[in-house]
Amino acid sequence: MPSPPPRRRAAFCCPAFSAAVFIGYNSGATARTVCVCPKWSEGNHGLERFHTMSIAEEPAKTETPELKVVSDATCTFCGCVCDDMELTVEGNRITKAKNACVLGKAWFFNHHIENEPEATVDGQPSTYDVAIERAADILYSATYPVTYGLSDTTCEAQRKAVAITDWIGGCLDTTTSVCHGPSGMAFQGVGEVTCSLGEIKHRADFLLYWGGNPAESHPRHFTRYSLMPKGRHVPRGRKDRTAVLIDVRKTKSAKAVDIFLQLKPRSDFELAWALRGLIRGIEIDPSIEQKTGIPLETLTDLAERMKQARFGAILFGMGVTMTRGKHLNSEAVLSLARDLNKYTRWVAKPMRGHGNVTGADNVVSWSTGYPFGVNLARGYPRFNPGEYTTSDLLARGEADAALIIASDPMSNFSQPARDHLAKIPVVVLDPKRSDTARAAAVHFTTATYGINTPGTVYRMDDIPIPLRPAFDSPYRSDLEILTAIEKRIREKQFAAAGVTSD
Amino acid sequence: MAVEFILIPGRTSRQGTTLNEGKYTDGYKEEVSTLLMHPDDLERIGATAGDQLRVWNEHGDITVTSGLDKGECPPGLVFISYGDCSSRLMGGETHGSGMPTSKGLDVWIERVTSPGETAE
Repeated sequence: MPSPPPRRRAAFCCPAFSAAVFIGYNSGATARTVCVCPKWSEGNHGLERFHTMSIAEEPAKTETPELKVVSDATCTFCGCVCDDMELTVEGNRITKAKNACVLGKAWFFNHHIENEPEATVDGQPSTYDVAIERAADILYSATYPVTYGLSDTTCEAQRKAVAITDWIGGCLDTTTSVCHGPSGMAFQGVGEVTCSLGEIKHRADFLLYWGGNPAESHPRHFTRYSLMPKGRHVPRGRKDRTAVLIDVRKTKSAKAVDIFLQLKPRSDFELAWALRGLIRGIEIDPSIEQKTGIPLETLTDLAERMKQARFGAILFGMGVTMTRGKHLNSEAVLSLARDLNKYTRWVAKPMRGHGNVTGADNVVSWSTGYPFGVNLARGYPRFNPGEYTTSDLLARGEADAALIIASDPMSNFSQPARDHLAKIPVVVLDPKRSDTARAAAVHFTTATYGINTPGTVYRMDDIPIPLRPAFDSPYRSDLEILTAIEKRIREKQFAAAGVTSD
Repeated sequence: MAVEFILIPGRTSRQGTTLNEGKYTDGYKEEVSTLLMHPDDLERIGATAGDQLRVWNEHGDITVTSGLDKGECPPGLVFISYGDCSSRLMGGETHGSGMPTSKGLDVWIERVTSPGETAE
């Protein structure tokens, strides 16, 4: 049995154990990262690659490292969660981000340390302890609080937010509810024929992008996961794949595909239903063209091509979920993929937006049984989108306090929801001073996940990926702040019950 | 003259990059307050690129800058980068889904001739 490596500064968490070594200083140095998990020598506790992953060689012992290179870092801007970044860090700035797309570069280059107070209370700079006390007071005193956001933080912090919401009997919701929440509802209705992005890369010879513009929203999806890469069963990459885009706009993504079908707005459901019929051999009325803008002959040809594919993937965006029909649109698209499995292999995957919105779905699901829009007021979880979802709770004026983590509903919710949010006490955790943070009773400036803090995030295909932070932040992590709030709430609850927390 | 259109808010590359630079930067504010229209539609409302437009529906009323769409939008369809302006045109009703209708919004558009006035 080999000897364990010497323990050094822990900078990210191994999922099997919470301590690992992260080394990476001085340009030109060879890089290495070594896990010091007690099971490391077994090499098989779920993630062997943790023990061989490379970052930086042992640092020269200097007091002030001038340059650091972090290999295999993870970008958490979008749901692609690309984990092949090579970051050059100078002080508290990332100056190079090799392999990053245009969005990833903007993410890495603009999350440096800002000159903001650690916390504010009622808009004024505050000490951390005072802010924690006030935040705990607000949440403890509320009768119908809502916890919202969570798509831009780690799974560890998400788990803590679930615990807080459970203790205070609130509603638990994430940005999924205004993203692919309708798809989450559809999964429960018709199921999800799914796979990893790795399977799509290696197997998919037919790609149907629907209601999305990956060229601009997920720039590396084409090149790293779906359209371009060479795979085991598609050795010539792009040449072995047929790609179709269905959208109401002829976006930049249209240039990348073989066939672009311009759909009339608000007819996604009708199109998916017509394709389902054609695939089953059911006669479809030619008037489908008037509804969808796409001739019946074109749809018949598409249906036939889809049946002849060896492995097809529908990758659908929020053009499906955000438009009229919502979860029924998603159900129709998911059903189409399901039906095709009578003839060949097809999957359907939502294109997820935020870096860890998929993690939010996972954490909330394995904690409560439901992915979003969960009410915990009765001591057990209840799921009801439209009732327990944040947009509704605020627009109807029901929530009397809010805990918002890494989200900005004050600038992207409906006006009735914003109006109510401005009336209630709100606790906000955000690295930036957003509109929501500015209106908050308590705002904590936080370290940025993935850049400053370690943890776990989920890629859009539900694959967990570790974060390798680039540099330390003077601000606390979401996890640390939420842990402190939870502890203080529990102390108040124990005190009210006349027992000690010990 | 006010004309009815279908509005599609959505993500763009510039919206994503300027979002990271900051929501209070000129770049972000410009990106999320520029409405892209087909040239024929601009002509229909008597506007040219750069004009101020009033956009409204039963949920909200915003003023944005007109921009010339480069072949993405068919006539009758207009586009704006998702953000504060587009969200003000969403209603609070989610039809039991948790999701306000955020794309495919019916809106009216007219050119603003001077601050506080419309072409009417």
